[in-house]
Amino acid sequence: MSQQYYLLRNREVPNIDEMPVYLAHGGYQALRKALNDFKPEELVDMVKKSGLRGRGGAGFPTGMKWGFLPNDGRKRYLVVNSDEAEPGTFKDREIIEHNPHQLIEGIIISSYATKAREAFIYCRGEFLFGSEQLKRAVREAYEQGFLGENILGSGFSLDLEVYRGAGAYICGEESALLESLEGKRGNPRLKPPFPAVAGLYGGPTVINNVETIANVPVIVTKGADWYTSMGTAKSPGLKIFSVSGRVQRPGNYEIPLATPLRTLIEDYAGGMLPGRQLKAVIPGGSSVPLMTPDKLDTPLDYESILQAGSMLGSGGCIVLDDHVCIVGATARLVRFYREESCGKCTPCREGTYWMTDVLDRLEHGLGTPEDLDTLADVADNIGGKCFCPLGDASLGVLVSALKYFREEFEAHVAQHACPMGERLYDTINN
Amino acid sequence: MKPEWSQWAQEAKKQFPEANSSLLPLLHRIQDAEGWLSDETIHDVASLLGLTPQYVESVASFYSLFYRQTVGKNVIHVCVGLSCALAGSDHVMEELEHKLGIREGQTTPDGEYTLLEAECLAACDLAPVVQRNLRFRGRVDATKLDALLTDDGKEVNS
Repeated sequence: MSQQYYLLRNREVPNIDEMPVYLAHGGYQALRKALNDFKPEELVDMVKKSGLRGRGGAGFPTGMKWGFLPNDGRKRYLVVNSDEAEPGTFKDREIIEHNPHQLIEGIIISSYATKAREAFIYCRGEFLFGSEQLKRAVREAYEQGFLGENILGSGFSLDLEVYRGAGAYICGEESALLESLEGKRGNPRLKPPFPAVAGLYGGPTVINNVETIANVPVIVTKGADWYTSMGTAKSPGLKIFSVSGRVQRPGNYEIPLATPLRTLIEDYAGGMLPGRQLKAVIPGGSSVPLMTPDKLDTPLDYESILQAGSMLGSGGCIVLDDHVCIVGATARLVRFYREESCGKCTPCREGTYWMTDVLDRLEHGLGTPEDLDTLADVADNIGGKCFCPLGDASLGVLVSALKYFREEFEAHVAQHACPMGERLYDTINN
Repeated sequence: MKPEWSQWAQEAKKQFPEANSSLLPLLHRIQDAEGWLSDETIHDVASLLGLTPQYVESVASFYSLFYRQTVGKNVIHVCVGLSCALAGSDHVMEELEHKLGIREGQTTPDGEYTLLEAECLAACDLAPVVQRNLRFRGRVDATKLDALLTDDGKEVNS
């Protein structure tokens, strides 16, 4: 499908990651406009009016978040969360690797709006190329006078530093990210105080996701009214969905919110692989509940997906077909949370371990009928009982799988084997 | 301690408002040069930044990309996330184990390769995905696995 891109702007232009090419395609015009035509408060109002919500997963209104910063004269920080590691999500990687200047332009405008004088990009350690791209683009932006002292003669100054993580999913949680950025283990902090009040080095801090920030130059250029003309009243604007799994065309698709899930899978991602039937969709990254094919006409906005029993999350859409074993897929995802639990809270640390153990046992035909109750019991002892959202995140797929596909779990017990053959893949790719 | 490390420590400290933020960047830089972080390195980094070795160890051990044991010249990460699993990453891992004659978590006796699992590498559109020294290889098949092990290391990204 042909489409217009705004967040993934100029994705078809070769070398758009380089400053001269980005400039030739209208790059940094939004920054000029923001600095010349708007006071910081007006930009905060514009983002509030646009209804932009955080694209990292929580969906919190961005303008409101900016508005929480106390006016007490302390030095403010802006931190960009590019610790993208939610299974099934790969939108930020594309922005960082292919169009880093769009992100940097957004950071400068957002810092001006929130009166931050120092900004950081926390880039996932595994994104080596991405962090190189960002560092080079930051250097180019300094050379061009878009960063540093008195940017474009506006009197506004900003320093921007790229910081590489070192392998820890939990550092995508904002308070753990701040700990890591301060040179510590990535253990989440108690909230409140929220980062807006006491964040990086104890100072007022805004933390936004890469995609969220990439929206900002677009909103400045096109206006809040244009942005709210798409999507719904509560979920306006554009969102990048990362589609992977058993579809013909895995990839990132930028679409207006409230586009039906069916359109994303069947039209944009080209539908299921030949001869396959849709079995389930994880619509918002691995932390959200499964959706079954009867929910395919759900509009992809925060409220509609919630009503359909799942969450929009990060927009990482993993598509499972009728050849995929739900028990095996669930085991794989829960194992991820076991690996990535920081270990601070007992329910998460021990619970994800036990759930993985039981799921592996079931998948290999060694499960008992009681195992299903054990899973539900352990899940019940994790949900709402952990310090940060990671524990809860480990339950989304599991609890929904037990609800919608209970007979498949029972078949593993009854047949003392995985009915699908203990393999998550078949001969399509190998 | 290598003579250049104290210069690196100064440079890292200058980048951040508070000196402790320089810990991860310094560990990265030293590991890039040395290949891994030995007990001695942990002690050296601690003294360079005015921290205790126990503190540096507690931080280094938290992050999967800091190697506290020797690794091969080429660290191969096979993504085992769900989207890669759906595209055959278990098979990729088995093939690599077979080709290298080692199991996941091990290093070849000649010190050339270390084979590790990676949690979702955020490149599910390219599944199955492998990284060699953190450079992506996507849609890995039998031919690409051979190239991964034998080519000159000027990897393509994505």
